[in-house]
Amino acid sequence: MTSTTAPMKMKKTPPGPLEYLRRWPLQLWLVLVGLFLYIPLITLMIFSFNDSKRNIVWQGFTLKYYDKALHNDSLITAFGNSLTIAACSTVISVIIGAMAAIVLWRFRFVGKTAFNAGLAIPIVVPEICMGVGMLVFFAKVLPWPHDLPWPLDLGNIIIAHVSFSFPFVAVVVRARLGSFNRELEEAAKDLGASEFRALMDVVIPHIQPSLIAGGLLAFTLSLDDFVITFFTAGPDTVTFPVKVYSMVRFSVTPEVNAASTILIVVTVLLTFLALKFQGSSALTAGHGADDK
Amino acid sequence: MSGNPIISFENITKRFGKTTAVDNVSLTINEGEFFSLLGPSGCGKTTLLRMLAGFEMPTEGRILIDGKDVSTVPPNQRPVNMVFQSYAVFPHMTVLDNVAYGLKMDGVGASERRERAEEALKLVQLAGYGVRKPDQLSGGQRQRVALARALVKKPRVLLLDEPLSALDAKLRDQMRSELTSLQQKVGITFIMVTHDQDEALAMATRCAVMNRGLLQQVATPSDLYEFPNSRFVADFIGSVNMFEGTLDVDAKDHAIINTQEMGPVYLDHGVTGPEKGTVWAAVRPEKIELHKRTDKAPKVDDAPEGYNVAAGVVKHMVYLGSETNYEIEIAGGRLIKVVRPNLTRWDQEDFELGEQVWISFHACSPAVLLS
Repeated sequence: MTSTTAPMKMKKTPPGPLEYLRRWPLQLWLVLVGLFLYIPLITLMIFSFNDSKRNIVWQGFTLKYYDKALHNDSLITAFGNSLTIAACSTVISVIIGAMAAIVLWRFRFVGKTAFNAGLAIPIVVPEICMGVGMLVFFAKVLPWPHDLPWPLDLGNIIIAHVSFSFPFVAVVVRARLGSFNRELEEAAKDLGASEFRALMDVVIPHIQPSLIAGGLLAFTLSLDDFVITFFTAGPDTVTFPVKVYSMVRFSVTPEVNAASTILIVVTVLLTFLALKFQGSSALTAGHGADDK
Repeated sequence: MSGNPIISFENITKRFGKTTAVDNVSLTINEGEFFSLLGPSGCGKTTLLRMLAGFEMPTEGRILIDGKDVSTVPPNQRPVNMVFQSYAVFPHMTVLDNVAYGLKMDGVGASERRERAEEALKLVQLAGYGVRKPDQLSGGQRQRVALARALVKKPRVLLLDEPLSALDAKLRDQMRSELTSLQQKVGITFIMVTHDQDEALAMATRCAVMNRGLLQQVATPSDLYEFPNSRFVADFIGSVNMFEGTLDVDAKDHAIINTQEMGPVYLDHGVTGPEKGTVWAAVRPEKIELHKRTDKAPKVDDAPEGYNVAAGVVKHMVYLGSETNYEIEIAGGRLIKVVRPNLTRWDQEDFELGEQVWISFHACSPAVLLS
């Protein structure tokens, strides 16, 4: 008796605030949003297995383009360059960005507002403008020699990448510092810590999730940057996005798809690992990293 | 109780921009005292404490600890430690690491550090909690960690910034007595900042009352309550009925203050106040007696007939179990606060709302205030 009436009753209760996904229109909406976001990527991945040179219609399954991509020396070089640039610019960006954030949070000084606004400029300025700016800068102000040994020949690209990614780190770290209890720092000093020890022992652990999140952001920004790199790179240095672009100009072969799929998998894995190490606190902050 | 002077504030003034937070305060605190800085928020008590800890530098004046001028010594080199209002327990360290942090900064070896930290945890009844993280502790336990962390360094003076304000009422009562007994056990001078007068009266051996950056009075809790030196102190500590009047008679063995509301108030001692000047008679509610209305006004033992007595009507009554608070309206509409302990279970003289009564107080009860 009770077993038959109970489900009937259940159906009639309106969904709670967090249970709206039980309604089919909302479920449909969720599915549509998901499709909209991921169909391009999924298509790209599927067609990397396409056994066709032109890659317009599905011809059959093959892994040969992965083999081809992995044996394409210039593609591998470009991939290595991209990872090297991303790694270097991430480390530098995190250090500079965190320092800028701490300065903005900790001190009052003349021109602080201007400094704060200036920090946001690389975030809002169109990439193409920065690209042109970098081109002029490295042509006239700081000509970068082309014949340096690897990885020094990537120096100008690393500098360019740092210049547009460290403000993102600064913004993320600054936000995290907003929730810092100044009494913690005072307590450390009260217990005998110098200014520097207090920073290392108390402030840095507090902002650690934001350092990771900012680093992730910087890494992805650097890895997929095309415009600025395109304008900055010399004729002999090629990064992965630039290489893919040049390959696409001839024809969209499954090889490009395969290379892109590898890149996607690598990025997703890296993000996943970083978030796993960081726990949930970085999950929210790090989310923006994947959206760009 | 009090030994040698351990801390001296000498003409300390602290200004933040145009506001003066602490105004020419001179104060000496002795070894072994449980000293309380008491005052409403914004009175400068916390600033004074922070200057002692080294987080603020005095604009003027000197701070001496053990006779040495520490005014410009940074916080990490002062022989004082602080328990912060938010406790400021390091969230990413275990309880033991928190407590041992100060010792680590002092360069104490790892094994001794551990030993002393565990000892300190035992002192605050947190033995065995060393491996926990602060987020696994209750608010009260976190405060104990903060206490242990400060005490483990064996400071000359322990500073407590509103130590009980974040605890719930029951825990607060418990921590009050625990802090007092802890202080007696370790023998370290405690200086506590609080805005809660009950807290200060209950715990401190001596209090300083501050208002608007100025030191109002420094005295033992009972002296603050019974012998306030100003209207501010009388009003801030406990509740009080204040009568403004002129000092009509100021003899050696008695004085009479002519008040508008209570008529002439007779005092059994001289005042040495300004002749015919304005003074205030402050009478605590529990020192006022309530009588059933009779035709003849009751006579107060130590005052001539007709003094310190007024007719009134019971306007409000609040029964609080151990006592009952009354508000009696006297001529002129002034409400007088009266507190009567409920001494018997069947109070024969139970007063009712609207009842006509007499109020009276002894000639020794009012505190005479000149400012």
